[in-house]
Amino acid sequence: MNRNLLIGAVLSSIVVLAALVSFVWTPFDYTAMNIPDKLQSPNAVHWFGTDHFGRDIFSMIMVGARTSIAVALVAVGIGMALGIPLGLAAAARKGSWVDEVIMRGNDLVFAFPSLVIAILITAVFGAGAVNAIIAIGIFNIPVFARITRGGALSLWEREFIMAARVAGKSASRISFEHILPNVMNLLIVQGTIQFSLGILAEAGLSYIGLGAQPPTPSWGRMLADAQTMVSLAPHLALVPGIAIVLTVLGLNLMGDGLRDHLDPRLRVART
Amino acid sequence: MVRYSLKRLLSLILSLAIASVVIFCVIEVAPGDPASFMLGINAQPDTVAALRAELGLDVPKWLRYLHWVGGMLQGDFGTSYTYHTPVSGMIADRLWVSLPLALYALAFSTLIAFPAGIYAAARRGKAGDMAVMGATQLGVAIPNFWFAMVMVLIFAINLRWFSAGGFAGWDKGFFAAMKSLTLPAISLGLPQAAILARVMRSALLDILGEDFMRTARAKGLTRRQALWRHGLRNAMIPVLTIIGLQFAFLMAGAIIIENVFYLPGLGRMVFQAISSRDLIVVESVVMLLVFAVILVNFLVDLAYAAVDPRLRSRT
Repeated sequence: MNRNLLIGAVLSSIVVLAALVSFVWTPFDYTAMNIPDKLQSPNAVHWFGTDHFGRDIFSMIMVGARTSIAVALVAVGIGMALGIPLGLAAAARKGSWVDEVIMRGNDLVFAFPSLVIAILITAVFGAGAVNAIIAIGIFNIPVFARITRGGALSLWEREFIMAARVAGKSASRISFEHILPNVMNLLIVQGTIQFSLGILAEAGLSYIGLGAQPPTPSWGRMLADAQTMVSLAPHLALVPGIAIVLTVLGLNLMGDGLRDHLDPRLRVART
Repeated sequence: MVRYSLKRLLSLILSLAIASVVIFCVIEVAPGDPASFMLGINAQPDTVAALRAELGLDVPKWLRYLHWVGGMLQGDFGTSYTYHTPVSGMIADRLWVSLPLALYALAFSTLIAFPAGIYAAARRGKAGDMAVMGATQLGVAIPNFWFAMVMVLIFAINLRWFSAGGFAGWDKGFFAAMKSLTLPAISLGLPQAAILARVMRSALLDILGEDFMRTARAKGLTRRQALWRHGLRNAMIPVLTIIGLQFAFLMAGAIIIENVFYLPGLGRMVFQAISSRDLIVVESVVMLLVFAVILVNFLVDLAYAAVDPRLRSRT
């Protein structure tokens, strides 16, 4: 296993583990306010300190990991579920009107950064984690469609695909039975990258109030709450920020490591 | 080139038309009537009807869409439901903050990224390359709004070199205004610089394997001389493409950063509009941002084709 993959996997596992453990245990009740203990710096009792309501930040970070992972994971799921079939269809009918419509549609969605989609959705339906998922998910669709199409196009020229066509298989069967398994490596690597971008986007949307709403803890929301108190208690801003950075860093390293590991050319180049 | 440009222009117009329909339809789904919202729950029905007529809300939706698009083409974005002033004027005022911020951030990110990317490529595999790549890996992972808060903590609160927020205004002089945009521009530009430095390095490394670079080395140029004289120029094509694309995302990213520094730009305006349900403002700002993204992509396509003639024949 390469070094990037190892470090990335360890960092990501810690975050996922914290999120899973938070379902059954947190050091303190993350909603419990305790005003006499407010704004404590990190100490032996409250490892990451307390916020302006005296809530335990370590517990909030654990539960906040749940929100970040859930939003990013579902958003990647939306992108994959819609983007992969579109990419496969575009590649199977390369140069036809189907390909043209899908690719121009992709270009159009690309013109709407997830923040802009979130602004539109929030203006109409109000803020919330579900809207953040939809906004990030929509932006993921063209990403996966392009990656799938790009990978699939070269495969359609290969001999084993020709053999499948001669055997009478339909384009859709070939796409799902032969093309998809062969572009899976690409999609897994891209999935990791989009997952990390999803964590960043969720934090950004929650920070400006368009994502998860109180009392659901979210790392971005914690940073927004910390903004006015950053001079009094810097740990309020530093802890959630470092949590985001380490999570995204871990996922990016894992993505790089996976790409090196799964791409035979890079493996040969390394040895 | 003319045929290619016309084809791209047609695609730009079509994209803008579809984007405007999408934005209009999404906003139209919004529950509630702006006129009732503006007048409050105690308003008389005939007063609401009069205001609806004044705002042009009493005509069929397709006609409203045409009025909206026709107005925008003439620089008229309608009238704000909250402030009762032309939206185009409000946008123009705020653009004087958001646009310079995005440009400043772009300049900063380019100034950092170019030397970093070139340095890393020239020292491929050595300690310098690994240090730059490690720093960029970290830079990509840092959320710009959190970085902004850390900058405020260090440079505004502790060192007191800059103010923690607010905008001095252009009437206070160029340097005072730019000073208030410095921390926001660094916060916005640094994570982008990390991406750009990686693109620069990888573009240069791709070029290093090309035949003309081998010829340059065979002529007796050192690796560094070949890189500066021949490599850099050719690597600029993908780098410029990324810079173009980044600008659009910097405009969108500025929305968040403006909120950290309480800057009176488009971002602050759109959030105030969302909370006061001033949907005409939201609609117009979103259309403007989407227009910026589509326009920049169009210009990048043209610039790319001008530099690389092979692209023109591919379409």
